[in-house]
Amino acid sequence: MRYPFWRLSVFVVACVWPLLWLYQAWIFALGPDPGKVLVDRLGLGTLVLVLITLCMTPLQKLSGWPGWIAVRRQLGLWCFAYVCLHLAAYLFFVLGLDWSQLGVELVKRPYIIVGSLAFLCLLALAVTSNRYSQRRLGRRWKQLHRLIYAVLGLGLLHFLWIVRADLEEWSIYAAIGALLMLLRVPAVARRIPRLAGRKPATAKKV
Amino acid sequence: MLIKLPRASDCKESEVTPESIYLSRRSLMGATATALAVSALPSWASAADPSRYEGVDASSAPAWLNDKLGQTRWGAVTVQGEAITPFKDATHYNNFYEFGTGKGDPAVNAGALKTEPWSVVIDGEVAKPGRYALEDFMKPYQLEERIYRLRCVEAWSMVIPWIGFPISALLKQVEPTSKAKYIRFETLQDPKSMPGQRSGFALINWPYVEGLRLDEAMNPLAILGVGMYGRELPNQNGAPLRLVVPWKYGFKSVKSIVRISLVSEQPETTWANLAPSEYGFYANVNPEVDHPRWTQARERRLPSGLFSPNVRETAMFNGYGEEVASLYTGMNLRKNY
Repeated sequence: MRYPFWRLSVFVVACVWPLLWLYQAWIFALGPDPGKVLVDRLGLGTLVLVLITLCMTPLQKLSGWPGWIAVRRQLGLWCFAYVCLHLAAYLFFVLGLDWSQLGVELVKRPYIIVGSLAFLCLLALAVTSNRYSQRRLGRRWKQLHRLIYAVLGLGLLHFLWIVRADLEEWSIYAAIGALLMLLRVPAVARRIPRLAGRKPATAKKV
Repeated sequence: MLIKLPRASDCKESEVTPESIYLSRRSLMGATATALAVSALPSWASAADPSRYEGVDASSAPAWLNDKLGQTRWGAVTVQGEAITPFKDATHYNNFYEFGTGKGDPAVNAGALKTEPWSVVIDGEVAKPGRYALEDFMKPYQLEERIYRLRCVEAWSMVIPWIGFPISALLKQVEPTSKAKYIRFETLQDPKSMPGQRSGFALINWPYVEGLRLDEAMNPLAILGVGMYGRELPNQNGAPLRLVVPWKYGFKSVKSIVRISLVSEQPETTWANLAPSEYGFYANVNPEVDHPRWTQARERRLPSGLFSPNVRETAMFNGYGEEVASLYTGMNLRKNY
């Protein structure tokens, strides 16, 4: 395995946040409504991880360092881990494990429907993240994993519909997301300059 | 002969307070006696007694307000069998978007608010309009402590010991004309001290406006608050003057009031204007009418522990139905939410 230390560092940094938040909730440092705070932080954490995951390819292109791609799958799986915790916290702290109420929410609340769709997409990506699925799916694997773009859009919509009075925070995440999507437009992607590292072997010579 | 009719919000025998708490009531009474004794002292010594409640920050109220707080009629309205929310939670978990949209933002940012000097404008359909220094505005009123449940539209709730006076007493002073049908309240607009009003992404059209129908305002439960937990209001809780209407969602209880108008038409209120499908003018606590994004049937009574969530059923009119339901006789509360 290449970059073992780098991979381990990413692992530690990603897993330390939920543990820290749980500890804060435990010692009453999250205020009088810790369950709600955990739900919100895990949701925002998922969005941030999706954005970080989407940074890996452009970063690799810019720097030429393959380490970015080496941790991309791990980061994608962290998105899924966070969204699972977000969902579990929602079910436990907000719904109080009232399953009939979950049915009502799933039918009546657009932002819950959108959030659930994003979760299903992430689930599909997590399930097919192994090498076996990559081999089995072949070219379709790459197409399937473009679902992460849909996850970004659904996640931002889910967030937008929760905003009540001030769009500033949402706008920052949406702008970063839009930039990362722009870098994937073929015409733009071709023009991403390589700032460091060796030229790829297949670089065209005119 | 005194005939006492029990109200629905009164204590049932099944809710009788445990002896330990009952006994601590004596220390509270002792504290009341102390407060009375203290109120006999000169004004510099009569700071409202913060030891009435635990963990209350020291007061820094002006002398005139300390005088008034010292003469408060303590425990004028109480709730039975419910614990009062800790002061720290009531002052560090706030919605006061003028100071930011995070629950902790008001406690961090509201220090910049200058509550002295403060003046209140009374205008509209009144015989005695005017602009009053808060000190003069407050002169006619006897303060009372009102321990009320507070139910936020976001499905959390608290129990808070307010100090204030009934709006009906104010109306008696300013003499509404026959054209007055509604009362309109306006919060301070001061982007210099209110960072939320400086945000270019705010969806709210400042200043914050709320209102009541005149008969709602006349209800004895509706008060204007100047204090809580035995002291003056902290800035993040709406100092120096706020509305408290316990049977409506918290957003109706407008903070840091600078203008009170008597008007003939239903005023355009902030949330009802911003998202009319989510927030109505009446905003009565109603477990049967959901917010479009969540249910209102239950609430999280704060503090709600992580693994012992304090979830309870929401009561119609926040449990004050006996006092206020008659205001809405014949009205469709599903339509007039």
